[in-house]
Amino acid sequence: MQFMLLFSRQGKLRLQKWYVPLCDKEKKKITRELVQTVLARKPKMCSFLEWRDLKIVYKRYASLYFCCAIEDQDNELITLEIIHRYVELLDKYFGSVCELDIIFNFEKAYFILDEFLLGGEAQETSKKNVLKAIEQADLLQESQPEDWGGLANDEIL
Amino acid sequence: MPAVSKGDGMRGLAVFISDIRNCKSKEAEIKRINKELANIRSKFKGDKALDGYSKKKYVCKLLFIFLLGHDIDFGHMEAVNLLSSNKYTEKQIGYLFISVLVNSNSELIRLINNAIKNDLSSRNPTFMCLALHCIANVGSREMAEAFAGEIPRILVAGDTMDSVKQSAALCLLRLYKTSPDLVLMGEWTSRVVHLLNDQHMGVVTAAISLITCLSQKNPDEFKTCVSLAVSRLSRIVSSASTDLQDYTYYFVPAPWLSCKLLRLLQCYPPPEDGAVKGRLVECLETILNKAQEPPKSKKVQHSNAKNAILFEAISLIIHYDSEPNLLVRACNQLGQFLQHRETNLRYLALESMCTLASSEFSHEAVKTHIETVINALKTERDVSVRQRAADLLYAMCDRSNAKQIVAEMLSYLETADYSIREEMVLKVAILAEKYAVDYSWYVDTILNLIRIAGDYVSEEVWYRVIQIVINRDDVQGYAAKTVFEALQAPACHENMVKVGGYILGEFGNLIAGDPRSSPLVQFNLLHSKFHLCSVPTRALLLSAYIKFINLFPETKSTIQEVLRSDSQIRNSDVELQQRAVEYLKLSSIASTDVLATVLEEMPPFPERESSILAKLKKKKGPGAVSVNELEEGKREGGELNGGGGERGGDNSTIAASNASTPSPSADLLGLRTGPQVSAAPPSAGSLLVDVFSEAGVNDDGFLRDLEPPTESSDSLLAEGPGDSDSAPPSAVSEDAAPPLPESNELLNKFVCKNNGVLFENQLLQIGIKSEYRQNLGRMYLFYGNKTSVQFVTFTTTVSCPGELHPQLNVQAKPVEPLIEGGAQVQQVINIECLGDFCEAPLLNIKFRYGGALQNLSLKLPVTINKFFQPTEMASHDFFQRWKQLSQPQQEAQKIFKASHAMDTEVIKAKLLGLGMALLENVDPNPENFVCAGVIQTKAQQVGSLLRLEPNAQAQMYRLTLRSSKDTVSKRLCELLAEQF
Repeated sequence: MQFMLLFSRQGKLRLQKWYVPLCDKEKKKITRELVQTVLARKPKMCSFLEWRDLKIVYKRYASLYFCCAIEDQDNELITLEIIHRYVELLDKYFGSVCELDIIFNFEKAYFILDEFLLGGEAQETSKKNVLKAIEQADLLQESQPEDWGGLANDEIL
Repeated sequence: MPAVSKGDGMRGLAVFISDIRNCKSKEAEIKRINKELANIRSKFKGDKALDGYSKKKYVCKLLFIFLLGHDIDFGHMEAVNLLSSNKYTEKQIGYLFISVLVNSNSELIRLINNAIKNDLSSRNPTFMCLALHCIANVGSREMAEAFAGEIPRILVAGDTMDSVKQSAALCLLRLYKTSPDLVLMGEWTSRVVHLLNDQHMGVVTAAISLITCLSQKNPDEFKTCVSLAVSRLSRIVSSASTDLQDYTYYFVPAPWLSCKLLRLLQCYPPPEDGAVKGRLVECLETILNKAQEPPKSKKVQHSNAKNAILFEAISLIIHYDSEPNLLVRACNQLGQFLQHRETNLRYLALESMCTLASSEFSHEAVKTHIETVINALKTERDVSVRQRAADLLYAMCDRSNAKQIVAEMLSYLETADYSIREEMVLKVAILAEKYAVDYSWYVDTILNLIRIAGDYVSEEVWYRVIQIVINRDDVQGYAAKTVFEALQAPACHENMVKVGGYILGEFGNLIAGDPRSSPLVQFNLLHSKFHLCSVPTRALLLSAYIKFINLFPETKSTIQEVLRSDSQIRNSDVELQQRAVEYLKLSSIASTDVLATVLEEMPPFPERESSILAKLKKKKGPGAVSVNELEEGKREGGELNGGGGERGGDNSTIAASNASTPSPSADLLGLRTGPQVSAAPPSAGSLLVDVFSEAGVNDDGFLRDLEPPTESSDSLLAEGPGDSDSAPPSAVSEDAAPPLPESNELLNKFVCKNNGVLFENQLLQIGIKSEYRQNLGRMYLFYGNKTSVQFVTFTTTVSCPGELHPQLNVQAKPVEPLIEGGAQVQQVINIECLGDFCEAPLLNIKFRYGGALQNLSLKLPVTINKFFQPTEMASHDFFQRWKQLSQPQQEAQKIFKASHAMDTEVIKAKLLGLGMALLENVDPNPENFVCAGVIQTKAQQVGSLLRLEPNAQAQMYRLTLRSSKDTVSKRLCELLAEQF
């Protein structure tokens, strides 16, 4: 996978993940072009389209569009299910996820994505394992008082 | 899930996000953001040390602002500080910021790499994963250099946690994609392959992506993965849906892993081992069988996951292309999907069937679905599905169904979406040519094409019909009659006028016997369209008219009158005026014999690949139409013309056809010799004025973003390092010209400077701007078109001949193939010095100017001294080192006559330009010059010392070089002796 974009029905970008090196200008151009293309499509249309030399796989969940760009030899249907699994993960973590959860906790959305996909490939497809990793991390932040190490944070400055 | 996990208390962040959301206008949002940025800036700059929490909060706010689409130019240092925090959330936010806002600032990269190194060695799996995620997200070359050696060890170590292994595998994959030269699996290969056997499904899922990528590049080293993959696949396929617990997805066991396994197998030919192959065939059959079973769930996720595996299995079957039974079964399965109610499945079935159509085993089976596909073309509501249907019709077309398919495609064209019309036109044109049994059908089809979709008929299409008509005398009369009829329509497309003009000009005599299409009728018909046409078409018509004078002497006076009219002979367009004048003169003074010779019928075109096919290939790129298809196309295209086609690069044929087909601007009669340089605009001399101003190149970021040439930061699909070395796909196939005789001289001009004009002739000016840092360099070439006519198929190739190749890595970014008259294009060349070298890389430039191929080669001014780092040293040190380099071969000396005035300041400037440090007060004789520097190559550093002794009386110099490497002394001495 080359990149994943989440954007709203109004065309606002909510999450972007790039797995190929691109400059900011190019990223903005791609985003603008794709958001426009995808939003212009009608509901019953197919979830795949050719775009430049990539394949775009997208699906709408409530007010959010999830949109992935994959390469010629990649599998469209399994990518569609990657999107779904990611939505399931967000849903399970936030409890009935909605767009607002992703806006206000964007960092969490990124962390969950990193556990699930890395470098554009599925890293861990088990819902249980991904959520376990995130939960552990959440616990870690709760149970790490100042005395964890000899160094207090300020000393680093 | 604990509620605390949400937001974890960064209240300030939540408030800020709310504020932004409440902004009523873009302006209000920007105002709020600027306020926040000012606040954060003051916090970061303030005297009071911020605690970790605040730092995390502000960094997170910056990240949010960046993700809103605003630029962020500070906060990187604070984010890096967070990396070394002991608190997980702070570290995590730090890493997130780095991952999203990578900055190639070398200072920071070192700090980031340090933090990563600490976390990798922390033995804390959560920290290790964070660090690995960061490397995988950034994937920069610097990170590859720092960690490509370490990560394979983590990946295969026995005590590494599963989750860390998963991250390590994909992290390594990302590094391999960016810097394949740095990721060396070597001793780890077999242990990595055996990860396919790992008990943990997650580890297998992650590792297999890495193995697939490595297998594509080194199939032999990884071939043991085939049998492991087959047995893993077989275990999954035969497992009950509950066996794999959480890896079962909507009753489908491990769909992601299954797809990846099937994908890996597509890197290899069918297994040779009979048992392995048997087991695999069994798997594939099971997958096909399962498709027929009733679904275990009504959820779309169930069917998607199941069908994802099915399509991947079909891809593998097609890849093997050796099991007729499986191929036919696959085809039948896809046939069912063609009528499925799910649009997605119909789309994929059409796509997949396209590849099946090219297999000899399944071609016939695919053809049985023709009615369904035609129906899809007519009724699908989604244009992307219709596009697939059109592709499939094209792929399944053969002699038996060509007439039907072409007719359907033509009728579809009438209502087709604008976005796909041009491609459809090309396809119809190709099919009509490829499967033409009688040429009248071919001519009819193309003329229909022009009638229905004239705007989308590119030049290649109408060039081609003319090539074919000219080459086949059995169709010429029919063609003349048909175009004559087509031109009767009151409104006909300009492309029709072009074809009509050309064909009647050549073969109008074949229908002139009929009084309804007598010469004068033909002429009047053509001329009735004249005033509605564009200049190029009018130019073509003028040529048709002069041909008429030769074919039909009775039209001479009428045509001469037309040519003589003010609207022709005084036309404001130079091309039209010139044609009118020349044709008029020619018709008045030339004898009938001369006229007949000059205006003879066009000779047959040389056999060549269809220019249309080349165009389609260029348009779609490989993959859209299978290679077989194209090869077949070439073959058959050749047949049509009655002989084996000449194979050439795509563009050479297009370029050639531009030159020899009736390109309106090319001189049809050959009266004009060579390109007219005098046509250059008077401003041509000032063409390069802007080259060396700031606007040309962004000087600020120039050094900062210098990077090894293997990383391409501006192309969507990063090219492999080897790719861009070779000629770009649009290269003209003629051999590169030998370097110009003056190219050594041009090279010498740039030894002591980096910017300037490298080359200039009447057509072209080449400017250079370059910058070097350590062993890396970047060069900007500016190609200026000094004429008023565009350069087409402009291509450049940079090569490192012979011994230079292993020493210098030179990569040229592609350059625009078209340079408008008076315009300038820029090309970036990245250079990496691997070892010391003597020769210069060659730059070959080819383009067509007014049809004539221009081909010139120059030496790129990359000389070894460009990689000098100046070294300051005191007199004592200098002489000590001088003495250390006392072996005879380490020294090179030349005594030569001054060729320029011996001005001290000029000499100093040149020595500084050379790149060494000019050392004052070292030589006891103040007249002499002494320099020191170190040449940075990737392989080694070569220290060099220089002494230049001018003798003003004799107008001579003595130049002495000492270096730790003899070849370097010698080369520097050669280069420098030419400078003074």
